[in-house]
Amino acid sequence: MSQEKIAPDIYDMWLETNLATEAKPGQFICLYPKEESTLLPRPISVCETDLQRGRLRIVYRIAGKGTAEFSTYQAGDTVDILGNIGNGFPLAEGAGKKAFLIGGGIGIPPILQLAKELQAEKQIVLGYRNGDTFLLEDLEQHGTVHIASEDGSIGTKGNVMDAIRAEGLQAEVIYACGPMPMLRAIKAYATEQGIPAYLSLEEHMACGVGACLGCVVKTKEVDHHSHVHNARICTEGPVFEAQEVEI
Amino acid sequence: MTTKVNIAGVEFKNPVMTASGTFGSGMEYGEFVDLNKLGAVMTKGVANVPWVGNPTPRVAEVYGGMLNAIGLQNPGIDVFLERDYVFLKQYDTKIIVNVCGKTVEDYVEVVERLGETEVDMLEINVSCPNVKEGAIAFGQETGALCHITSEIRKKAKQPVIMKLSPNVVDIGEMAKAAEASGADAVSLINTITGMKIDIHKRAFALANKTGGLSGPAIKPVAVRMVYQAANAVKIPVIGMGGIANAEDAIEFLLAGASAIAVGAMNFVNPYLTEEVVTGIEAYMERYGVTDIKELIGAVK
Repeated sequence: MSQEKIAPDIYDMWLETNLATEAKPGQFICLYPKEESTLLPRPISVCETDLQRGRLRIVYRIAGKGTAEFSTYQAGDTVDILGNIGNGFPLAEGAGKKAFLIGGGIGIPPILQLAKELQAEKQIVLGYRNGDTFLLEDLEQHGTVHIASEDGSIGTKGNVMDAIRAEGLQAEVIYACGPMPMLRAIKAYATEQGIPAYLSLEEHMACGVGACLGCVVKTKEVDHHSHVHNARICTEGPVFEAQEVEI
Repeated sequence: MTTKVNIAGVEFKNPVMTASGTFGSGMEYGEFVDLNKLGAVMTKGVANVPWVGNPTPRVAEVYGGMLNAIGLQNPGIDVFLERDYVFLKQYDTKIIVNVCGKTVEDYVEVVERLGETEVDMLEINVSCPNVKEGAIAFGQETGALCHITSEIRKKAKQPVIMKLSPNVVDIGEMAKAAEASGADAVSLINTITGMKIDIHKRAFALANKTGGLSGPAIKPVAVRMVYQAANAVKIPVIGMGGIANAEDAIEFLLAGASAIAVGAMNFVNPYLTEEVVTGIEAYMERYGVTDIKELIGAVK
């Protein structure tokens, strides 16, 4: 592996793994901390794959003890991982269309591989807290980039929806990953516009394989696996069409 | 060398099982573990109708363990029989179905439906701390435990294991109550009720506020309770609680467990159950143990 810090508390790690060849945009992997008091695998989305060199990139924020441990890893270290998990973003649904690819905060990383693979008119909308941006140069290579920042230090002051409205942007399909308030706002916007929105969700999970039933989301219809209005984010998700889920 | 154990007339190829709720129906771990190598699969709790479970967050990590408050989400007995039972029948392993309910009648309904199948044993969940009705309400007081055990025993076609809660004053008394009411075995421990507070958000880590603690953090409590239960009753005891490797499993056997189940640590190492099987064999070889029964309750 190799790793560098790219913004405050944000780390950029490349892992040499045979999972790289199979990984699809919007899927995630689980990393297992080595420290035995921190037991559970940490789900982290696939940011980018490098097929030539068999590498998979993750970009994550330090959120607790597990990610703090990962941030200390150096070139040559190894880590146990599980993947590739989940279904990822449906590329066919956006093919040839005018699309928003929206990432908020630490929801930005999975947008990169999506932007690389999606064959569409890509308008990439990114929400940052402040001027400490990350992955910006990578993303600019794959579409037109629009930025919002909470403190106004870069792009539109406010959130991604503020940027979309301020710049008068339009789309026929949305792909998004980010914090829940952002995803709720995107769902409301998509409903109002009558367009599909594919949202990548996050929830605390224990296993990553669909067994623990920790990471469920309320669904509009009865889920085929649970037979109640709950779908597993790890197995049926993490990407859901906005109208399918109650968020 | 033989690793076979016998519980209430059912023979298991080895004493390694999967603790209910940590292994789905077995399907979720089929790509990591050869289910044919396991003594038994204990399924996620099954009720008479689908249960929606609790709101999220449902899980939280704590030092050396985890809290869960899933709330026994399950698709109900119809789906279990159509899908999960059919899946498990393909394998050369025993099937132990964990049964949950809100009322005695709910439990009995599931027990009767399972009576029409080739399920090997029933494990009755009277110890889940995360649901308001049923479950632990039947497992914290000897009168309630005796009542539900005897009602289920009357209707059950398979041997009945009562899964006991550690959230009691005297585990030996609870085990004795189950035995006296007709239980064929007891399993323990279920999770220990716990709580975690996020000091940054000043909020409970779980939507349910409390959750069941599992993982290595609870193992010493579980070993002690298995020892006490095994010394209180003549029926077999199935031990569980924080087993992370073969050494832990052997500790439970020595404390008096006739079989053991791997629980939360399946989440940490999806290959663990099979590793415990081979690890127990390696231990037996190292110490010249020819029959695993020599280990059961060997530490007095």
